Amino acid sequence: MTTVALKPATMAQALTRALCDAMTADLTVHVMGEDVGTLGGVFRVTDGLAEEFGEDRVTDTPLAEAGILGTAVGMAMYGLRPVVEMQFDAFAYPAFEQLISHVARMRNRTRGAMPLPITIRVPYGGGIGGVEHHSDSSEAYYMATPGLHVVMPATVADAYGLLRAAIASDDPVVFLEPKRLYWSKDAWNPEEPQAVEPIGRAVVRRAGRSATLLTYGPSVPVCLEAAEAATAEGWDLEVVDLRSLVPFDDETVAASVRRTGRAVVVHESGSYGGPGGEIAARVTERCFHHLEAPVLRVAGFDIPYPPPMLERHHLPGVDRILDAVGRLQWEAEN
Amino acid sequence: MTVMEQRGAYRPTPPPAWQPRTDPAPLLPDALPYRVLGTDAAADADPALLRRLYAELVRGRRYNTQATALTKQGRLAVYPSSTGQEACEVAAALVLEDRDWLFPSYRDTLAAVARGLDPVQALTLLRGDWHTGYDPREHRVAPLCTPLATQLPHAVGLAHAARLKGDDVVALALVGDGGTSEGDFHEALNFAAVWQAPVVFLVQNNGFAISVRLEKQTAAPSLAHKAVGYGMPGRLVDGNDAVAVHQVLAGAVAHARAGGGPTLVEAVTYRIDAHTNADDATRYRVDAEVETWRAHDPIVLLEHELTERGLLDEDGVRAARDAAETMAADLRERMNQDPVLDPMDLFAHVYAEPTPQLREQEALLRAELAAEREGAQ
Repeated sequence: MTTVALKPATMAQALTRALCDAMTADLTVHVMGEDVGTLGGVFRVTDGLAEEFGEDRVTDTPLAEAGILGTAVGMAMYGLRPVVEMQFDAFAYPAFEQLISHVARMRNRTRGAMPLPITIRVPYGGGIGGVEHHSDSSEAYYMATPGLHVVMPATVADAYGLLRAAIASDDPVVFLEPKRLYWSKDAWNPEEPQAVEPIGRAVVRRAGRSATLLTYGPSVPVCLEAAEAATAEGWDLEVVDLRSLVPFDDETVAASVRRTGRAVVVHESGSYGGPGGEIAARVTERCFHHLEAPVLRVAGFDIPYPPPMLERHHLPGVDRILDAVGRLQWEAEN
Repeated sequence: MTVMEQRGAYRPTPPPAWQPRTDPAPLLPDALPYRVLGTDAAADADPALLRRLYAELVRGRRYNTQATALTKQGRLAVYPSSTGQEACEVAAALVLEDRDWLFPSYRDTLAAVARGLDPVQALTLLRGDWHTGYDPREHRVAPLCTPLATQLPHAVGLAHAARLKGDDVVALALVGDGGTSEGDFHEALNFAAVWQAPVVFLVQNNGFAISVRLEKQTAAPSLAHKAVGYGMPGRLVDGNDAVAVHQVLAGAVAHARAGGGPTLVEAVTYRIDAHTNADDATRYRVDAEVETWRAHDPIVLLEHELTERGLLDEDGVRAARDAAETMAADLRERMNQDPVLDPMDLFAHVYAEPTPQLREQEALLRAELAAEREGAQ
């Protein structure tokens, strides 16, 4: 036990552990998707589950995302808790009709008679040198669809805790797994996972006084790095990990921004029509009289996800974040 | 020695992994739609089943005309009539056991009613007071599905889940000819065949996807032929012959229940009414064509059989029509009452627990309603 505790675990391992524990605890949990069985998933998140639980509960499906999610709907209608894998962000798009027309609204259209406890795992985001259609940040599509929860872990502990919570949820959860954090490590004991804040709560990852970085998923470590670098400029940045876009934790976010008076939203999906606009508006509505500067956004460019050799120019990095933080001295400049 | 030097002596061999394919002939549908009524086979049909089908057909036709009338009174936002297709609707409902599941499309209200749903509850989607007016689990009828063919993978998943749980349950999914062009049709059939799921797909080929004829929809010899490529049997049946549809579906359901996997059934029928009351069918078809199909009416076909065999007389016809009238009068009366709606229901079933954001919006609406009430006083 102790040796396990000392050995750092990756986010991918924590996700595997979460799936394994959820399947052990609840016989209705089924894992399904392309390559999730024998191969253990292309990111090995489902590694070993087929051997442990058998093909009936860990199912290699035909290669068809609408079919995967559509059959999961029927399985959930019959009392199972399917956990589907979409393999890559942009591969999930064929399943959008099922997601939007059925998954998101089955509870609503049946007046609560038929909830769908489906977890949709989507390896998402860039930064791993993936070729076209392997690096999209699709959270804005999901958060624009009522009826879905949209969750993204940034830490190993959250990967485990949030996935367990997602599977236990009686509502559909789009669970966005930041691909480039799959191999991030943390001292985390898979034998005794500690409880994490539930879905819908944001967490202050770094306390600070001079401005708040509001971020989630793959951008959390980047923001933490930026916050460390900013100390050289005399900035003491607070970093809030949103963890969940739906539901959104207005309370934690507003409390932080009221303390600091300044905020930058950081995410790698596009800026126009992206999550940052919504978040900035919510912050402004709640904290207007506390704000010393406009809420800024540091986001990916409004372009189709670029080829891997150029993606470093697209992804918000430390310098771009620090530049925005510099612009937060708005009042002095105007 | 190069390949070129081997010429003459070279004999192509199959690739290493190649296996001789099994004969697809058993999967192929018959060339002509299977019929019972008007043939010698009709003599074997069970009188009790014939009588039951007849009563349901007459009731179903009346339901269609009543619902269409309700659109003219503004009581229904829209009604996609299944007049002419009642044999498919009724057979689909009657072939299932209580524990089985029906997955209807938007045109299949009648199948849901024939399965036992309250006729008013089955119409809430079309009236506009709620999307699904019934608990799907109560009669094991999935919500009427408006997007095309998207309910088919649900049927497959449900049937698969039932089998995994060891339950003896079959799912029957309804789709139109237009729906067979959708990707979800393909994916559902493929999943069903790969998983050998106990599911039956019934395509009601009524000739038109709104205005587009079948020949612009598919180049396949028949829609039932599509089954072969997935590795499941395809069956072609006269969709206006209630006994034939019932027999073919019963065979497919029994096959699925016994672990034989899915079947695709194409019922060839005709949509006598327009796509909906909002559609002008004269733009894409002529009356003469409709009349040929009126002559092949499912009720007339069955009535003839029953009369020939002495199973139905004038009193019997009158009794069936009276029962249908009673249903229609009840439907009319209840549909003419304004539904009582609670606007707060808008927020009641979005999530198990409303998000903080929804709670704020809920409070806003509650305040607006309170202000309205005050203003009214």
